[in-house]
Amino acid sequence: MFEAFDALFLARLQFAFTVSFHFFFPAFSIGLASYLAVLEGLWLKTGKPLYLDLFKYWLKIFAIAFAMGVVSGIVMSYQFGTNWSVFSDVAGPVIGPLMAYEVLTAFFLEAGFLGVMLFGMNRVGKKLHYAATCMVAIGTFVSAFWILSVNSWMHTPTGFEMGANGQFLPGPSWWDIVFNPSFPYRLVHTVMAAYLTTAFVVGGVGAWHLLKDRANLHARKMFSMAMWMAAIVTPLQILAGDLHGLNTLEHQPQKVMAMEGHYQSYPDGAPLILFGIPDSEAKTVRYAIEIPKASSLILKHDPNAPLAGLDTIPDDEEPPVGMVFWSFRVMVGIGFAMLGVGMWSLLARVRGQLYDWRWLHRAALAMAPSGFIAVLAGWITTEVGRQPYVVYGLLRTADAASPLDAPAVAASLLAFILVYFTVFGIGVWYILRLMSHTPHMGERGVKRGDTGPIRTAGITPGPTQNPGHEKTLPEGEEDA
Amino acid sequence: MDLTTIWAFIIAFAIFAYVVMDGFDLGIGILFPSFDPGRERDRAMNSIAPVWDGNETWLVLGGGGLFAAFPLAYAVILPATYPLIIAMLLGLVFRGVAFEYRWRDPAHRRFWDAAFTGGSFVAAMAQGMTLGALLQGIEVVDRAYAGSWFDWLTPYTLLCGVGVVAGYALLGSTWLVWKLDGEGQAHARRLAVRSAAATLVLMGAVSLYNVFLNAEYAERWLTAPEIYFAAPVPILTAVIAISLVRATTRERNSKPFWLSIALFFFGMAGLGVTMWPYVVPPGLTIWDAAAPERSQVFMLVGVAITMPLILAYTAWAYWVFRGKVGDEGYH
Ligand code: HDD
Ligand code: HEM
Ligand code: HEM
Repeated sequence: MFEAFDALFLARLQFAFTVSFHFFFPAFSIGLASYLAVLEGLWLKTGKPLYLDLFKYWLKIFAIAFAMGVVSGIVMSYQFGTNWSVFSDVAGPVIGPLMAYEVLTAFFLEAGFLGVMLFGMNRVGKKLHYAATCMVAIGTFVSAFWILSVNSWMHTPTGFEMGANGQFLPGPSWWDIVFNPSFPYRLVHTVMAAYLTTAFVVGGVGAWHLLKDRANLHARKMFSMAMWMAAIVTPLQILAGDLHGLNTLEHQPQKVMAMEGHYQSYPDGAPLILFGIPDSEAKTVRYAIEIPKASSLILKHDPNAPLAGLDTIPDDEEPPVGMVFWSFRVMVGIGFAMLGVGMWSLLARVRGQLYDWRWLHRAALAMAPSGFIAVLAGWITTEVGRQPYVVYGLLRTADAASPLDAPAVAASLLAFILVYFTVFGIGVWYILRLMSHTPHMGERGVKRGDTGPIRTAGITPGPTQNPGHEKTLPEGEEDA
Repeated sequence: MDLTTIWAFIIAFAIFAYVVMDGFDLGIGILFPSFDPGRERDRAMNSIAPVWDGNETWLVLGGGGLFAAFPLAYAVILPATYPLIIAMLLGLVFRGVAFEYRWRDPAHRRFWDAAFTGGSFVAAMAQGMTLGALLQGIEVVDRAYAGSWFDWLTPYTLLCGVGVVAGYALLGSTWLVWKLDGEGQAHARRLAVRSAAATLVLMGAVSLYNVFLNAEYAERWLTAPEIYFAAPVPILTAVIAISLVRATTRERNSKPFWLSIALFFFGMAGLGVTMWPYVVPPGLTIWDAAAPERSQVFMLVGVAITMPLILAYTAWAYWVFRGKVGDEGYH
């Protein structure tokens, strides 16, 4: 069955691989940019050096994460043409302009002010520097806005007309295209996901340093701020996810059928399948553990409401059930685990034990990478659940690919895998090293000559990028 | 002028902005090994660290703008030059992360310096070869690329690739003449003279080759009345070339850099004469590939509002980091 490894499959694999890697970084930097803006704002408002220290601590990490986000993002913007040229030709008139707006309103903003944010504190003064930080943070949000609008349009296409040459053409109103029906839900859910991802990373780092030294003020502050986010945003995120699911039920019912594992229709109340092994050959979920009628209750707010299943969908329109089913459970599971940590921290806070409960710190540490996993799982649910379409109901993935031969796609896929794992693996390692260094007073910015416990940590481009500090070491030293 | 023509000029502007701005970043990458691994390299890197990301964004605008304004061209060119594009993207990955990584890990700084150079070189070469592949013509059938695997690999595309490498080296070295002082500047000056010579020779070679490549190109450049429009381009180019060499050898600071940009400008104008009105020679004109009017208008509004702002804050960012690297205030 070599059909399975044809150029189309390889192209899908390549897209999934590169976009998953790319999204790893924005998921973190969207949240981190806002966190940095908050820290710098608090520093300007209160004048407490603690906030400046934290700002500089995370700025170094941000610089690396952002660089990785940028280079992997550029790959994405060319990927549509290289591997999905038919899609680009056909959908270009509708989604191309949205992506152009993303470049004009978001990427330039981020990139233009990033230099000042990293290196310019001494050159422009505090206020302007803060403005630059805010611009970068706003840029990351605007970027998410446009790209998610594009993506949502592919799930719930509206506002277009069909051209005689087979292209999707914009209709009279761009509003209908940009604000397509799934977009508001996706935007809210994804941006909150990015905030949560960052909050759990910051919380995990804070917890790690608290486990080593409960008295470290910087670690306390980080941990406390992150736990506020966890406690407040997780419930909102679960609510948003629920609403998002209802919206999906309306517009893409077969995706929800796959998420729920509903192979059959249930005329009087569908069960909620908690776990089980979907078997698409036999069209049943094996070893299912179910709660009767709960699915109808969640999706229709009525335990006896009928729910259609995949038996109402022609086989060639069914998404792959297993992946959607599992990835959805991973995301939801993590969502509830996050909720647990958030509530636990509230309890600890009320009891005045936030910095003392070791098991809370250990749990927060274990949850540090959970946001990334949830985000990827969520995207896999979304995207695989859209299959076999790339523009839902209108353009099949199989008809969207470039006229390329399998060896060409295989070679580039292999190159991406090798390069991404090495280059981004090393980058993540550098970030982890920076995180392992204890936050302390007089934290240095992105600069060279740091004297922290790890000599290399905090050494960076030249003397300039050194918010709030005067020049330090003589240059050209650490090359030896 | 119709909307499609306006869009052709906007894309051309984005590509030109990319070529000169990321051109000097990539050029510095290409020349990096010739700088002494200590202070000179650090300074060369620091002279672009605050601006490279903004410079690279013009590439996203060039590609994204092509996707939006000429989707068919985007859908044809990228599969036709597939290996080149992938190579360019991977090159840009290495050179982009090197900006951060080399400072994080002094033990492996040599390695990241090499990645910076290798990535810059591969990206420049791939961009030049892509241009060559476009100029030599791309076969299109039924709105799709219909050529074979290695159409992009010919002596002509290789020549274009080397030409772009030399041109970027010129931009990079003249930028450093402006931004460095002392021994670093003297070194940059020597490099600038050599890359200017290489660039001019290669530009000449590519132009000659163009005339033989395609009868239609020859006609544009060599027969009346076209020749009256086309002739000023090589003449002005020659004038600029002479002043460039003079400015570089006489102790001028920023002038060589501006003249190199002018040289690129006329190179781009020459390209326009050669290609117009095709976006994918020999078959697709800009009108064949254009997006519908509604897309063009919607984006034009966006460009009209944001472009002045983008240019303003980009200029501001450059202004913030003005002056010699290592001068007072840069510390
Ligand atoms: C920190 C990350 C995170 C967490 C904790 C959750 N999600 Fe989520 N989810 C995402 C991150 C995410 C995401 C990555 O952002 C997705 C992918 C596409 C999208 O719009 O958001 C997503 C998609 C997504 C979808 C698919 C929508 C569609 O494609 O039509 C549904 C139904 C939910 N989520 C529901 C939930 C529920 C009920 C959760 C509660 C436990 C939950 N999510 C927690
Ligand atoms: C950033 C998070 C994202 C992740 C992790 C993600 C993940 C995936 C995955 C796993 C697939 C493969 C589905 C399959 O073939 O079975 C896919 C396909 C695809 N997605 Fe996404 N996606 C993301 C965002 C986006 C966005 C923002 C867009 C559009 C702007 C997009 C457009 C596409 C396209 C064009 C395909 C290829 C066709 C296909 O195989 O369906 N994706 N994505
Ligand atoms: C297939 C879809 C995508 C494409 C084509 C794409 C394209 C790009 C490009 C070209 C860049 C570099 C910009 C620069 O030069 O500064 C970038 C960075 C970025 N992208 Fe994506 N992107 C995609 C998916 C996403 C998604 C789903 C999100 C968020 C929800 C996102 C958010 C960002 C952000 C915030 C940045 C800034 C860099 C960073 O934060 O690490 N992108 N993207």
